[in-house]
Amino acid sequence: MFRKLHDPGPSAVTVLIDGKAVSAEAGENLAALLLRQPEGWNRTSTVSQSPRAPYCMMGVCFECLAEVDGVGSVQTCLTTVRDGMRVSRQLGRRMLSA
Amino acid sequence: MSAVDLLIVGAGPAGMAAAVVARRHGLDVLVVDDQPAPGGQIWRSVETVAASPRGARLGDSYLAGASRAAAFRSGGAAYEPGAQLWQIEPGFRAFVTSGDKARTVSARAVILATGAQERPVPFPGWTLPGVLTVGAGQILLKTADQVPEKPVWIAGSGPLPLLYMTQLLAAGGKVAGFLDTTPPGRLGAALRHLPAALGKAGDLWKGVAWTLALKRAGVKTVKHVAEIEARGEGRLQSLRYRRQGGAWQETPAEVLLVHEGLVPSIHAPLALDCKVEWRHDQRCYAPVLDGWGESSQPGLFVAGDGAGIAGAIAAEHRGTLAGLAVAARLGKVSAAMAEAEAAPARKVLERELAFRPFLDALYEPRPQVFAPPDETVVCRCEEVTAGTLRARAAVGRPGTNQVKAFTRAGMGPCQGRQCGYTVMHILGSAQNRPPEALGFYRIRPPLKPVTLGELAALEQPDNAA
Ligand SMILES: Cc1cc2nc3c(=O)[nH]c(=O)nc-3n(C[C@H](O)[C@@H](O)[C@H](O)COP(=O)(O)OP(=O)(O)OC[C@H]3O[C@@H](n4cnc5c(N)ncnc54)[C@H](O)[C@@H]3O)c2cc1C
Ligand code: FES
Repeated sequence: MFRKLHDPGPSAVTVLIDGKAVSAEAGENLAALLLRQPEGWNRTSTVSQSPRAPYCMMGVCFECLAEVDGVGSVQTCLTTVRDGMRVSRQLGRRMLSA
Repeated sequence: MSAVDLLIVGAGPAGMAAAVVARRHGLDVLVVDDQPAPGGQIWRSVETVAASPRGARLGDSYLAGASRAAAFRSGGAAYEPGAQLWQIEPGFRAFVTSGDKARTVSARAVILATGAQERPVPFPGWTLPGVLTVGAGQILLKTADQVPEKPVWIAGSGPLPLLYMTQLLAAGGKVAGFLDTTPPGRLGAALRHLPAALGKAGDLWKGVAWTLALKRAGVKTVKHVAEIEARGEGRLQSLRYRRQGGAWQETPAEVLLVHEGLVPSIHAPLALDCKVEWRHDQRCYAPVLDGWGESSQPGLFVAGDGAGIAGAIAAEHRGTLAGLAVAARLGKVSAAMAEAEAAPARKVLERELAFRPFLDALYEPRPQVFAPPDETVVCRCEEVTAGTLRARAAVGRPGTNQVKAFTRAGMGPCQGRQCGYTVMHILGSAQNRPPEALGFYRIRPPLKPVTLGELAALEQPDNAA
């Protein structure tokens, strides 16, 4: 649902989203990358399993949670991409209690 | 465990200014911030973006951040980016996570410079992917040079939507339409405060200039929109809106950005049992502070928009005052010297604060923000609707925390950051009580969910206290 205005060029790194290799700009925000994917959502909610996507981009809504390099419920809007990072979408409840 | 004189949480305008003045007076300072670079919300990514063509498109008040970040970097404060604070114990011992490891920091004084968040704006469909806040859209533009793929719908009120739209258009993005939710008659109410606001004529003019620029660019604006609804299967596909009592209009939409003003981040002060007060003028809580920014907990200061929304310039000067006060408290500068150094900051702060009543009156949130229809999900985390809350509110006049226990509203990972004010208002109106009579949720640390992995790191002798 979003697009980047410039081409990251040679600085690009590769991130695996649900096993699929996706190109990202070095140092960019992971939630920003998720919002550029054709299916712009990243998890389903814990009660009704409805799709959710980053909402605030500043750490206060917890909608952007995903599993990152094996760690669950990471706030992707507070995460910087790294080459080889593995991101999995998170379905339903997973270590979500405060 | 590391030990410092002063721990500053947040590297926005307030935190950076506090760090610079505290270092100048010889304090040992650590600044932690959950972002990868200094600047806070207004100056996100400014260090890398200012020098690029993207910087100019974001405007002068954005570019002004570059020199502040440079002064902060050269000031000598230890700075830890990507580090999130999640608990402070009296004394002070702070718990901070970076990467996936937690550690503790001890400090003689703490300045919370954690800023503001956008006010929650619940309406039917606001949880659909494709609905974001205007601030989120602006963060994507500043940090990732990213714009909505298709022309975007903007709904809301306040300076931020106007600023974002001008920045978006300058960057080559497109606006499908602006649903201005400012109710009729607000300008008249605001004009009463005009004389006090004239000290900031430049800012008044900025607002007019943004509006004119949007008009020139041919942005379709619908005024006095009272209600909005987002619709779609699994993602936003269309948008409905209407004026008070008017007919619904429907339009296809892929991205909708909403904004109804800012509220201070109060979770850290609440968790620390700092006294807070209800600010009717800004429809939010703010910590009770003295003239230096010290809270009801001695040694704990709040600076910047976290002290009450007043903008970036006020944030910087509040940061300076708090930094000076800590330097004086820890014996680095005499009280008289601190007072003398504070005088210019106080003068600017006074002028900035004099401007607020005008803006607060002009952009007072429309009543629907606090009274969404029954089917609206109010608590996004636990998916509790306004209807459920209203049904509960009627039985035995429960308070905010009781309703939280009954319905789980506010119990999810965001800890009520997206529902607290709405719940207060819904209960209040059902019980015929003002919202402040109900109060905000009781907030207990940790300020974010903490994983076993983070806690395990605390057990390491290097990290634990
Ligand atoms: C999304 C958004 C966009 C905005 N854009 C503009 C703009 O373009 N122009 C403008 O004039 N005003 C803008 N504002 C208003 C903003 O509040 C400014 O007035 C100014 O940035 C406030 O400065 P501050 O230092 O008080 O806080 P901020 O600039 O918000 O800085 C606070 C910093 O603390 C960090 N932080 C918060 N909690 C924690 C924690 N627990 N642990 C570690 N770090 C933490 C934040 O990530 C942030 O970097 C915006 C506000 C928001 C919420
Ligand atoms: S998008 Fe809101 S917390 Fe990440």
